[in-house]
Amino acid sequence: MSNSIKNLTLKIWRQLGPTVKGAFETYNVDEISDEASFLEMLDYLNERLISDGKEAIVFDHDCREGICGTCSLMIDGQAHGPQRGTATCQLHMRKFSDGDSIVIEPFRAAAFPIIRDLMVDRSKFDRIIESGGFITAPTGGAPDANLIAIPKPVSDAAMDSAQCIGCGACVAACPNGAANLFTGAKVAHLNRLPQGQPERFKRVESMVETMDEYFGSCTNHGECEGACPKEISVDVIALLNKDYRKAKFASRKDLAR
Amino acid sequence: MSLTEDLLAQNTVQLNSKIPLGSIEDKWDNYKADMKLVNRNNKRKFKVIVVGTGLAGASAAATLAELGYQVDSFTFHDSPRRAHSIAAQGGINAAKNYQGDGDSVNRLFHDTVKGGDFRARESNVHRLAQVSVNIIDQMVAQGVPFAREYGGLLDNRSFGGAQVSRTFYARGQTGQQLLLGAYQQLARQIGLGGVRLFNRTEFLDVVTVDGRTAGIVTRDLVTGEIESHAAHAVVLATGGYGNVFFLSTNAMSCNVTAAWRAHRKGALFANPCYTQIHPTCIPQSDEFQSKLTLMSESLRNDGRVWVPKNPNETRPAHEVAESDRDYYLERLYPSYGNLAPRDISSRAAKRLVDKGQGVGPLKNGVYLDFNEVIARLGHDVVQERYGNLFEMYERIAGENPYDMPMRIYPASHYTMGGLWVDYELQTNIPGLYAAGEANFSDHGANRLGASALMQGLADGYFVLPYTIGNELAPLLGKTIPGVDHPEFKKAEQAARDQYNGYLNIKGTRSPDWFHRELGKIIWDRCGMERDEQGLQQALSDLPALYEEFKTDLRVTGDGMSLNQTLEKAGRVDDFFQLGMLMCRDALSRQESCGGHFRTEHQTDEGEAKRDDENYCHVSAWQWGGDAMSPNLNVEPLEFEAIHLATRSYK
Repeated sequence: MSNSIKNLTLKIWRQLGPTVKGAFETYNVDEISDEASFLEMLDYLNERLISDGKEAIVFDHDCREGICGTCSLMIDGQAHGPQRGTATCQLHMRKFSDGDSIVIEPFRAAAFPIIRDLMVDRSKFDRIIESGGFITAPTGGAPDANLIAIPKPVSDAAMDSAQCIGCGACVAACPNGAANLFTGAKVAHLNRLPQGQPERFKRVESMVETMDEYFGSCTNHGECEGACPKEISVDVIALLNKDYRKAKFASRKDLAR
Repeated sequence: MSLTEDLLAQNTVQLNSKIPLGSIEDKWDNYKADMKLVNRNNKRKFKVIVVGTGLAGASAAATLAELGYQVDSFTFHDSPRRAHSIAAQGGINAAKNYQGDGDSVNRLFHDTVKGGDFRARESNVHRLAQVSVNIIDQMVAQGVPFAREYGGLLDNRSFGGAQVSRTFYARGQTGQQLLLGAYQQLARQIGLGGVRLFNRTEFLDVVTVDGRTAGIVTRDLVTGEIESHAAHAVVLATGGYGNVFFLSTNAMSCNVTAAWRAHRKGALFANPCYTQIHPTCIPQSDEFQSKLTLMSESLRNDGRVWVPKNPNETRPAHEVAESDRDYYLERLYPSYGNLAPRDISSRAAKRLVDKGQGVGPLKNGVYLDFNEVIARLGHDVVQERYGNLFEMYERIAGENPYDMPMRIYPASHYTMGGLWVDYELQTNIPGLYAAGEANFSDHGANRLGASALMQGLADGYFVLPYTIGNELAPLLGKTIPGVDHPEFKKAEQAARDQYNGYLNIKGTRSPDWFHRELGKIIWDRCGMERDEQGLQQALSDLPALYEEFKTDLRVTGDGMSLNQTLEKAGRVDDFFQLGMLMCRDALSRQESCGGHFRTEHQTDEGEAKRDDENYCHVSAWQWGGDAMSPNLNVEPLEFEAIHLATRSYK
């Protein structure tokens, strides 16, 4: 049977808008089931705030299955909280104990301005994908799916990095606010596949340059990998850098071969 | 005279399904040969609005923009990549016959019609089966990393309701990979300027002028601003209404608002009582629970479902002797076994739990056991196939499924009903289309596993881009109403009044509280099993609770800034009205079929008993001015290619 966790102290960041000064507010949760998820604990708190006539705490969330990438939160200074390889929505209260004090903040990065409370604007990620994170394959002209055999290890490696959920934990965890893990994951997914070869170098060039417009630079701290709910390896950053260097130094005509 | 004919004579709306002439195999080709085209250079003169960026919406918006139309794409998420298609786990069907096990377009067509318990429109389903093969080609070309064999060719697995292996998958994240594929194609068009994206923008109303779609009214979720957008055509790809149950496997913000408000503007809502309860979800653990999590149906390929024979069994699962276990799906449905379709598996689980044979602390689940496959193939093979699902289960339930069987129980998952559409996916309002789960089109009374992804992408990539042109071609050179038209102003004002109304009630209960109470009524009375008395009860309880909603709702904050409580209020309001229609529809359909099981109509063995004489029709409801007085319209279903038969999986 489920047990309950008692006397939680929550210090939660409240901020009305991007240009308004924010501050921590303290809330107590007397008792919550250890079967509850972290976000269900916030739902419960919000219900109480509404019944007290106060405004609910704003936070992004949707699927609650760890796949849509909508949820965020810095929990005690860690993006998505203490459990490795787990998005906030999949974090459960059984990971906490009676009397714990928990600090809850939004993802903080220059490229992710705060919209309200714990909600941030991550649309710069979309700008990176729009600049090259795709394979140009207009609807209708595709050849038979089994025409090109793709070695299983290649396909598996592409899948490993394609798992990125675009949550932004990598950026939030990075002391530089860099988006190299996010960008590298998409580049590694597409550049590894035979279908991705024709645009391989154009892709990496435009994605890196778009990324550099908004985000900080990578200095190999590796915090991103530790925070990633999909445990995407920093190896993708090596691949990103390798392809970017190649794109910059070699002749485009040679690369196309 | 049958009831269908009787009802048909009383239709209040002329329903033309526009099924093309010719044999079932030729209909789609005939349609494409006869349809009107818009010249490439003229396409940019047309504006198409696509609401929703899931599989259907993203693929439609991207493809329409590739063709040259001006497209405006709307999502209430922060990014188009968040749509709930992303959470689909198991796979996508296609009649490729790569396994050489006897699959074909015709067989996929048959399986889908039979799986839907003969309550879908044959012509639409056949087209779906036809284009299924193009979807796989398209997605592979876009770089979707489907699972492969060691030789480098695509791998397949089996899903419920099929005896062939036709399901393509990307680990347990097929929906994610397909959605990201479609999203990337959409992103490319956004980058090229072919699509304008409106994120964090919620659809509130469709605007019609002289009976034709003129555009939409939206609310900017960040600023609260209400705005109008004019277009030549509007596509609603806004998903299903499974969250009417409150607890479901849908994402938290999935809602019926877009479809419902179109319904209130005159679009017919078809078969709302056809809802799918998925058999393999993690059982509810306590009262706090905000949603339920699905465990992919693909697990039933290798997992065996059982309960202890003794209701008072106290031993842990692995200590229960083989002879004391009831592998009830294998016993009741030997030819499909653990892969019996969803509705059948769900009801079987419910009956055992109701008899007290449930497992787990709340005795509200059944076991899904992998012991046998782990012994046969080894831990590593099982991890390769289902690793991420096992991890997800462990995170949520706190138990390791390699050692302990999973506990599962049915939960609301998908809704087959939706906006009525014709063969062109156009609603009865000219210029308004519905695609993906938002329409009622292809799954009849029950959807087979791995067919939702197929339908979403079929609609968006391979159907709408053709059929919309047919509607737009005659509009060339004609001016359409702009956003300063009085109808837009009227709709904007109505939306402002509605949201200010919620803020002004100043009652005592939150929108979530009402949603939870609404969900309990719908689950108890209009869930896995329904009966006349329960539905009548719901139809008296719901209006009472709705009245309370309108007088005792409390929404804190204001309307001119980001306010999630206010957003929720609007969605719950629409769920109330839909819930009443669902119960009305379930009450009027006095037969059992697929996901709609009326306890009064079952065989001696407890299986669904259809009444083809009187109910072989689509029930399409017209808004009658308030939620309790809809008008029933019917579209008779004719089966020419497939013989109407009892659906048996024994």
